[in-house]
Amino acid sequence: MKSAIVVFPGSNREGDAKAALKQATGKDPIMVWHRDTALPKVDLVLVPGGFSYGDYLRCGAIAANSPVLREVKARAEGGMAVIGICNGFQIITEAGLLPGVLLRNANLKFVCRNVGLRVETSGSRFTAGYKKGQVLSIPVAHHDGNYFADPRTLDELEAEDRIAFRYCGPEGRLDSVYNPNGSIRHIAGILNKKRNVLGLMPHPENAIEPLHGSTDGKALFTSMVEAVS
Amino acid sequence: MSKVQKITPEIVAEHGLSADEYKLVLEIMGREPSMTELGIFSVMWSEHCSYKSSKVHLKKLPTSAPWVIQGPGENAGVIDIGDGQAAVFKMESHNHPSFIEPYQGAATGVGGIMRDVFTMGARPIANLNALRFGEPNDPKTRHLVSGVVAGIGGYGNCMGVPTVGGEVNFHASYNGNILVNAMTVGLADADKIFYSAAAGVGNPVIYVGAKTGRDGIHGATMASAEFTEDSEEKRPTVQVGDPFTEKLLLEACLELMATDAIVAIQDMGAAGLTSSSVEMSSKGGLGIELDLDKVPVRETHMTAYEIMLSESQERMLMVLKPEAMDKARAIFEKWELDFAEIGRLTDTGHLVLKKDGEVAADMPVAPLVEKAPVYERPWVPTPAQAEIAARDVPAPNDLLSALKTMLGSADLASRRWVWEQYDHLVMGHTAQRPGGDAAVVRLPDSAKALAMTSDCTPRYVFADPKTGGAQAVAETWRNLTAVGARPLAITDNMNFGNPQRPEIMGQFALSIEGMAEACKALDYPVVSGNVSLYNETNGKGILPTPTIGGVGVMADVARMATIAFKAKAETVLLLGETRGWLGQSIYLREIAGREAGAPPPVDLAAERRNGDFVRGVIEAGALVTCHDVSDGGLLVAVAEMALAGGIGANLVTPKDAAEAHAFWFGEDQARYVIAVPGGEAAAVMTRAKAAGVPVAILGETGGDALSLDGRSLKLAELKGAHESFLPRLMGAA
Repeated sequence: MKSAIVVFPGSNREGDAKAALKQATGKDPIMVWHRDTALPKVDLVLVPGGFSYGDYLRCGAIAANSPVLREVKARAEGGMAVIGICNGFQIITEAGLLPGVLLRNANLKFVCRNVGLRVETSGSRFTAGYKKGQVLSIPVAHHDGNYFADPRTLDELEAEDRIAFRYCGPEGRLDSVYNPNGSIRHIAGILNKKRNVLGLMPHPENAIEPLHGSTDGKALFTSMVEAVS
Repeated sequence: MSKVQKITPEIVAEHGLSADEYKLVLEIMGREPSMTELGIFSVMWSEHCSYKSSKVHLKKLPTSAPWVIQGPGENAGVIDIGDGQAAVFKMESHNHPSFIEPYQGAATGVGGIMRDVFTMGARPIANLNALRFGEPNDPKTRHLVSGVVAGIGGYGNCMGVPTVGGEVNFHASYNGNILVNAMTVGLADADKIFYSAAAGVGNPVIYVGAKTGRDGIHGATMASAEFTEDSEEKRPTVQVGDPFTEKLLLEACLELMATDAIVAIQDMGAAGLTSSSVEMSSKGGLGIELDLDKVPVRETHMTAYEIMLSESQERMLMVLKPEAMDKARAIFEKWELDFAEIGRLTDTGHLVLKKDGEVAADMPVAPLVEKAPVYERPWVPTPAQAEIAARDVPAPNDLLSALKTMLGSADLASRRWVWEQYDHLVMGHTAQRPGGDAAVVRLPDSAKALAMTSDCTPRYVFADPKTGGAQAVAETWRNLTAVGARPLAITDNMNFGNPQRPEIMGQFALSIEGMAEACKALDYPVVSGNVSLYNETNGKGILPTPTIGGVGVMADVARMATIAFKAKAETVLLLGETRGWLGQSIYLREIAGREAGAPPPVDLAAERRNGDFVRGVIEAGALVTCHDVSDGGLLVAVAEMALAGGIGANLVTPKDAAEAHAFWFGEDQARYVIAVPGGEAAAVMTRAKAAGVPVAILGETGGDALSLDGRSLKLAELKGAHESFLPRLMGAA
């Protein structure tokens, strides 16, 4: 599988994402600089975490309008897989690849810790390596991860099985104490209609080896590879 | 010379120069200085930049070892960590700005220290910070904690450098003068370190990074004076940080450093363009001529004085090889940063500044640096405190409920509320997160890891500066050892009160003596540091706080030890001697209500022997659970291990312990608690005895409670007390 990572000025988890993709695919992903308008021919584009362009405006708002994102959007409409993690989720949501918006965390503070993550669907190339209902331990690290959408959109997401992950307790129970940012209906990650685009706040790339204290993120990358090959 | 302004004694005083110092200025210049020249003397000779009160004492610290590549005097210290790699690190204070404007003060402190490290050619791989606030119930404390923590996170998180460790203390002496000490550790190739000494007459001087504004003018001078009631008015001297620009500057500098373009590089920190240009030229023995009209500015009509004294952040000064200019420019254009040729090196030995076609300053560099005043300030030793006998300290009704109170107190409570606001995982190499003895960060593509910690016990230093100075160094050494690392070197951040008071200077001089002794005994030199004096408000000094940042290396991160109990039915052992020292202990303060007595003595030979033994067992792969004993003593250490692992323990007070409360809460030094599988305990004890290390069985792990001599307390209850202090303090808005 060929993959690429889009790098903006201010991206900072592109190295972590690169390590995860390399582990899963056996090759280095292509790093694409934000000013590039031509995207190489790849099977997957990953939009990494960080503070694109400083994120002094609404998170991801400027990156969403960058030339490279227009290209990513066009390819996604053609069926290429796109995954946006953290700032990447904010960016692809701002770009309209996914519905809703990421607001400031409910307690207004940056939060970095491992959270429980319940797999809500195994019906996508990103989550096929998990069982529905499985509970993962994956870190979050963000200031603006409070997912919000209007009730109709949320109902639609649920009806179409497009909620990929929810924050949960160790046994999978949903409760606000387990939700690190106040997101609506405890949503941590969602899919687009065609199920080829995933956005999520947690960092599966920081849970891929024993050093990380959890390897629960690994299956996300390996299942993407398997879906393509 | 531009617009001649008469220099009056009032103007001289406003610039923080004494009459004698001004006399020296006149002597060096041979005439009355211009305002710009006076401003340059003022910042260069400020306490912050010149170390005029501290220099004579700092010289006593050992700074060399076979693995030291660069000791104090550069932007950061550099040590060899093997395999052609070097660790580059330093700690620096941003105390006064953080009190006036906590978010920006702390943020720019973090930005400044990271710049110091990447100026040397290293990529920052970890940040730490040591914070000291006033009493929790002081009306300003919550505002300061909240702003400082958010500021540190705001800057470090955006930079994508994990903030992996540090310390937080509360004490009334910091009510009007908090301490924000930030440390950065970077990784570089040992043969690709960049220095600041300029070379090559005619070589271009390049300004890169953010534009210059009017912020931070006289920041260094502010950091060199006491606080008063009107310190709020000094808010304009606080700089404003832009971590995004710094991230670009970091990437651009590292990209340029991978080429062969740079002759010298120096970041613009305190005293901005002044200190960077003076330092580069003085270290190179050259002159420097700058055209200030070419400096990128973000405000109009800035004067030469303002441009030279601005402390706008995220700026660098470089001397480049002329043939590399185009390549360098292209890199900075890629990162969308200013790149301006603002001058060149000369053979005149003078700093010459031009503005609007006129000469704004023309001054000899060498005397500006070399003739900077140095003071051997009078000092008096701190009076010795009486030793406090354990029998004179009342025992608690119940040891476990005393433990619960202590674990929930300001200084021992969990710091989770703080470090969850820091991205401590970015880069993917964090092997040991905050909350342990030392943070551990693996090096890319390697099994090797760096361990790092920051420590100081100011109440010990206050009671006995020499012992306290030695203890601070020894505690960092012990913390690095406890995770299995070999301690290599330290950075020191000396935070003290007004050096013009002999008792404060005494604290300074004696703590340096103690630090020097510990550094020598532990083969653990100082490679970088920072001095922050005048930490006083309305004449009241802080507790003397020589914060020590220690760095060590381990060959195999898979063998790292952590504090968490790993399994039940393991034997809990104590290594080191326990006399039950309660003087200056947390128990004495939190339970008996007294801050008194002599602090625990530091036996450096025992420290070394016990530590070398522990590290040997960890390196051999025979020990993965280890915790050093420090604040709060033995029972606190065991409780922290139980809480971290979610496994309880059944403890028994040894028969030969004279007073149970002194045994469990005494703060004797050079001790570790370890846990090993039951079957291996005897062998470890035999090895310890053979090495001359006192060893005792404390009990066994297991269950969901801490049991002591038959009484017990649920871990959940302890955890509640331990975890609730900061959220409760900070949540009640």
